[in-house]
Amino acid sequence: MSAVVSVRDLAIRFVMRERTVHAVNGVSFDLVPGEVLGILGESGSGKSVTLRALMGLLPRRYTRIDGQVRVAGRDVRALSDVELADVRGRQVAMIFQEPMTTLDPVFTIGEQIVEAVVRHEHVSPRAARARALELRELVQIPSPERRLKTYPHEMSGGMRQRAMIAIALSCRPAVLLADEPTTALDVSVQIQILLLLRQLQRELGMAVIFVTHDVGVAVEIADSLAVMYAGRLVETGPTRAVIRSPRHPYTQGLLASTVRGATRGQILEAIPGLPPDLGEPAVGCSFAPRCRHAETRCAVTAPAEHVVAPDHVVRCIRAADGSLPA
Amino acid sequence: MTAAPLLATRNLRKHFSLRGGLLHRVQAVVQAVDGVSFEVHAGETLGIVGESGCGKSTTARLLMRLVTPDAGDVVFDGAPVGRPGGLGLRDLRRQMQMVFQDSYASLNPRLPAAMSIAYGPLVHGVPRSSALKRAAGLLEAVGLRPELFANRYPHELSGGQRQRINIARALALEPRLLILDEAVSALDRSIGAQVLNVLIDLKRRFNLTYVFISHDLDVVQFVSDRVMVMYLGKVVEIGPVEEVYGHPRHPYTRALLSAMPSMDPDHRIQQAPLGGDPPNPINPPSGCRFRTRCAFAEDVCARREPPLGGVPGPLTVRGGLTPPSCSPAHDAACHMLVPGSGHTRAA
Repeated sequence: MSAVVSVRDLAIRFVMRERTVHAVNGVSFDLVPGEVLGILGESGSGKSVTLRALMGLLPRRYTRIDGQVRVAGRDVRALSDVELADVRGRQVAMIFQEPMTTLDPVFTIGEQIVEAVVRHEHVSPRAARARALELRELVQIPSPERRLKTYPHEMSGGMRQRAMIAIALSCRPAVLLADEPTTALDVSVQIQILLLLRQLQRELGMAVIFVTHDVGVAVEIADSLAVMYAGRLVETGPTRAVIRSPRHPYTQGLLASTVRGATRGQILEAIPGLPPDLGEPAVGCSFAPRCRHAETRCAVTAPAEHVVAPDHVVRCIRAADGSLPA
Repeated sequence: MTAAPLLATRNLRKHFSLRGGLLHRVQAVVQAVDGVSFEVHAGETLGIVGESGCGKSTTARLLMRLVTPDAGDVVFDGAPVGRPGGLGLRDLRRQMQMVFQDSYASLNPRLPAAMSIAYGPLVHGVPRSSALKRAAGLLEAVGLRPELFANRYPHELSGGQRQRINIARALALEPRLLILDEAVSALDRSIGAQVLNVLIDLKRRFNLTYVFISHDLDVVQFVSDRVMVMYLGKVVEIGPVEEVYGHPRHPYTRALLSAMPSMDPDHRIQQAPLGGDPPNPINPPSGCRFRTRCAFAEDVCARREPPLGGVPGPLTVRGGLTPPSCSPAHDAACHMLVPGSGHTRAA
């Protein structure tokens, strides 16, 4: 199957007067139609920046992008602003962590859905309203007719998130980009939204990239996982393989720090230290300074991709030559 | 558990009035905390869990007297706080300190780390040189080398380092009890794990007692000896962590625990245990506050509020024996657990 998203050697730098930030440092992945990819990483790992690059949402003035980004067969980097506006919403849509800042506070939810449908599908407002009603039912908002007339501030957090999903799906995009959409929600509401996304993804056959810092959330939603650290994908593979037999020391540390199953009150095997400053381009493995298994050569050579099992790829010199202690 | 508790609350209540309109009249009342009683014993960690609006943070603020309760008492080491003949606020805060979620907002941006930590002792009359010495010792204790960090300002520190400073500052007056209100929630997992390790280490080293508040059920399970589950200003269940997580008795606790991500790609959650969002604590439902989201709600649940009481343990069910009195109680507030309550599922 041909990829609906294809990223090759993506590198993103933010060049500002005082300093340069190397946010993404050589990321490649493919996404086939109907696949759900979870990008797992902590603050500053470059996961959200990668996602925004797929939508052409990064400020052109100080962003330097290298590499190839193709979404739905089009080269995102070559598109003009007008062309991008056609692609966004139509072919690729995005949902965010905080619906309150994404939704327009002065328009009702109904108006905001209608706007998107009219803009992309060139239908009459009446037809768009019918579609809006349909969408609200799709995202399981009770009494949709009445709710279409409500403003964002009149809704609960979970309902606002459903409304944002409705707007994103209004034009049946081939790709949905989700940037931590459940992070601000309570655990009982979070699982509702995850189940909804899972169901809609199946029904509409969308490809989804789901960015999160939460291992548990990623496992609930993703078919495959990409673990990101300091702007690189350190481990990618089917969710089961990455969770059950993580090969990169960072993935292992991240899983241990979820504290699930840890012995109560015992000192955790935490990853020491801090993520690197991204002001300089990394020479060797970015994780080496925090890695228990690091050797001198780790700081010298950037680890290449190493296939440990079908579709399971890790970037670690010691995992590659089998010298990592089990 | 025969010893007197280090900290106890009795029927603690805090309602916030929402005023508005032309005459600035009370429009609505948020029942943030409504009749909450619990005990914390010396040396233990009590975890408090619940979703937004359940009153866990207001409870923390009431314990510290950052807000004044409308009714009820906080009793620290046998002395009622703020009552005649009881414990004054100054003394209370020498014994009990708090760490907040936002590590940046809770530090003075114009004070270097060592000064932030030494500030409390200075105010309480400790000479400057020994206060700074104590600050250096505490920096060491939270895993920050004093020679590197003593003179750094909050903006020069990472989130994890700032939270360590906050913990060190909370310990500067040598308190006996620490309230940790979402203290690791804003941190990345790998950093949060480091801070949890610091907390575990400090508890042993200084014989501390913790009240650990979090929405993160995994972290609460990991750190707590006993857990208290709150819902809309009420305690719905409290008991030893193994009991509450292993044999939850209140339908809300059960739902909350089964909404936790599975962490198992082969056994993903298939159905949401609860519908809708937690209701607004303004005008909460009558009777049992959980009844609007409860699968087992009946008429009696709307009519009467269920009392928080001892749940029949596994021993009672099997052999008709009462659990030995030395084990800490497992209490839940649900009509289904009260024989003769009128609920069809009650014994």
